[in-house]
Amino acid sequence: MDNPYQPYPVRIDDIEIATKDKSLKTFKFVFLNRLDEVRFSFRAGQFAELSVPGVGEIPIGIASSPTEKGFVKFTVFKTGVVSSHLHNMKVGDIMGIRGPFGNCYPWDKLEGKNVVIIGGGFAFTTLRASIIYMLDPDNRSKFGNIDVVYGARSPGMLLYRDELFGWEQRDDINVHITVDGTDDPNWKYNVGFVPAIVEQKAPGATPATYAIVCGPPVMIKFTQPVLEKLGYGQEQIIMSLENRMKCGIGMCGHCNIGKELVCKDGPVFTLKEINRTPREF
Amino acid sequence: MKIIKIDKNDWTRGIDKSRETYQLFGPVTDSGQSIFKQLDKNAYPEMGGTNSVMSPKSVLFPQTEKILAASLDASMENHHIMQRPAADYSRRAVIGIRPYDAKAVRLVKLNFDTADYRDPYWCDAHGATTFVGLAVNQPSAVDFSISMGSGPFGEEGLDVLLVDLEDHYLAKVLTPKGGAYLSDAGFDAAAETDASLTTIETMQLAAEAAITTTVPTDRLQEKALLDLHGAPFWEDLAFTCINCGTCTFVCPTCWCFDIQDETKGKSTSRFRNWDTCMSPLFTLHGSGHNPRGKKTQRVRQRFMHKLKYFLDKYDQGTMCVGCGRCVEKCPVNIDIRSICSTMNAYDPKDVA
Repeated sequence: MDNPYQPYPVRIDDIEIATKDKSLKTFKFVFLNRLDEVRFSFRAGQFAELSVPGVGEIPIGIASSPTEKGFVKFTVFKTGVVSSHLHNMKVGDIMGIRGPFGNCYPWDKLEGKNVVIIGGGFAFTTLRASIIYMLDPDNRSKFGNIDVVYGARSPGMLLYRDELFGWEQRDDINVHITVDGTDDPNWKYNVGFVPAIVEQKAPGATPATYAIVCGPPVMIKFTQPVLEKLGYGQEQIIMSLENRMKCGIGMCGHCNIGKELVCKDGPVFTLKEINRTPREF
Repeated sequence: MKIIKIDKNDWTRGIDKSRETYQLFGPVTDSGQSIFKQLDKNAYPEMGGTNSVMSPKSVLFPQTEKILAASLDASMENHHIMQRPAADYSRRAVIGIRPYDAKAVRLVKLNFDTADYRDPYWCDAHGATTFVGLAVNQPSAVDFSISMGSGPFGEEGLDVLLVDLEDHYLAKVLTPKGGAYLSDAGFDAAAETDASLTTIETMQLAAEAAITTTVPTDRLQEKALLDLHGAPFWEDLAFTCINCGTCTFVCPTCWCFDIQDETKGKSTSRFRNWDTCMSPLFTLHGSGHNPRGKKTQRVRQRFMHKLKYFLDKYDQGTMCVGCGRCVEKCPVNIDIRSICSTMNAYDPKDVA
């Protein structure tokens, strides 16, 4: 990228309401210039700046997998000026994407390993990308067992429901879906907070098992001791962090945690790395 | 080492001549205060002044800079596609930049010119700029540049170092870029090198001797980052801070910025503006969570960044050049010199 501030022009190709309360939408973007898709080559766990001219930019994890070609997907929670504006945009609108930014989940290290994915609420986007990536026929043999624990407040707040229920049926991945509570008498999955389900369903630690954890602070806070109880070491617990950021390329100074920059040195860190920082996130 | 003698009677003529091939920047008085800005065609750099209120960082990093622009008119070709606007990166020279400020440019370059990304705005401006420095003969009372690895006659980051000798300057030509500027200005009277160097050295020693403040930094590197972060003194040091951000704006090494869009009619521009880590907005998440929501956390961030994080990350000294501007301008007298000493002396074992 000659000018890392200049977004690749994209067209909104599809908008899907992602949760029952409509607070999250999934945007599918197609690059206006075919070559830009090649330039945007990424790995699961990275993020991008969604750039709405005249409004601003937001850093969002890439929800599509690098194995899905021809488009990129982002699931966006409506919360501030840019995300609210984006929620009102329409298919066909032109905007921009800058990236990909940050590191990714440590795919090289994860090869040949068992992977346990733990997600909560709308922090499931780059985890979705990771699952699609690992389940790709070209990649599935590179990994051992894959377990997923994913929870949301209620069934309607789960992201990617159709895919999720599909994965639950497969025998090459163990998916444990949970909700905090539901009044649906036909709910056939788990009820309970993510940490509790992790304790019941997640595999115990082996030297060849890694846990990737992504979720709201309270979920992370209570999941960490459960994983430690299951025997996971600090280097086997991998987390993706967020901080306010502007540039995405390690220059504007907003997202630092001590000497680490979430946008460039992260967003993915092991618990061991995080414990060496002042934890300002 | 080539040394040029510039008679002060020839100075304005040389400056005028150099305007033909350079955009000139220098210290001028604006609203009663000395700042660095682009010189109007009748203006000359005020070389006799003391430390400028604002550092010259704005020459490369304007307080507000348009970085992208787009049309929002759907009938226009390329609407909603942001492009870099044309800007003038023809040769420019900063006349009268002080050695500590030139060193600051070198430190800021570590942020904007990296192995992974190159900030095109800062780097293009930097590449176009010749730094014609002016040695500090009479350091201010708050100058502690020697402690921070610079000094009144420091050469780091400069292309030319001018030394003021009443009726003339001696100009040390430090780089070919510096030589090109002097040549374009018509300053070509070679001075006798050995004698000139002796003269300059004498003046340098006198200037250095006039700086009596010593700020110890020797033990910052060996401290554990988390020990310093968790030290008990931050609450006290931050107590009087009003989070005005003055320290960050006058600082020659503070580079943090915000990015904002501004729309007029159907055209929009994306700007970057200086930002300040003293503001709670700097780290406020969309969710309302704020990892540095408390004043003490923000004050600690500023000093830890300058005196520890930067040091650990780059191993190129502190992110402070000892210009003393923040010491002078802080409305509540927070003093980086004493904070640095406190950090340098801190031993967690002493805290029972």
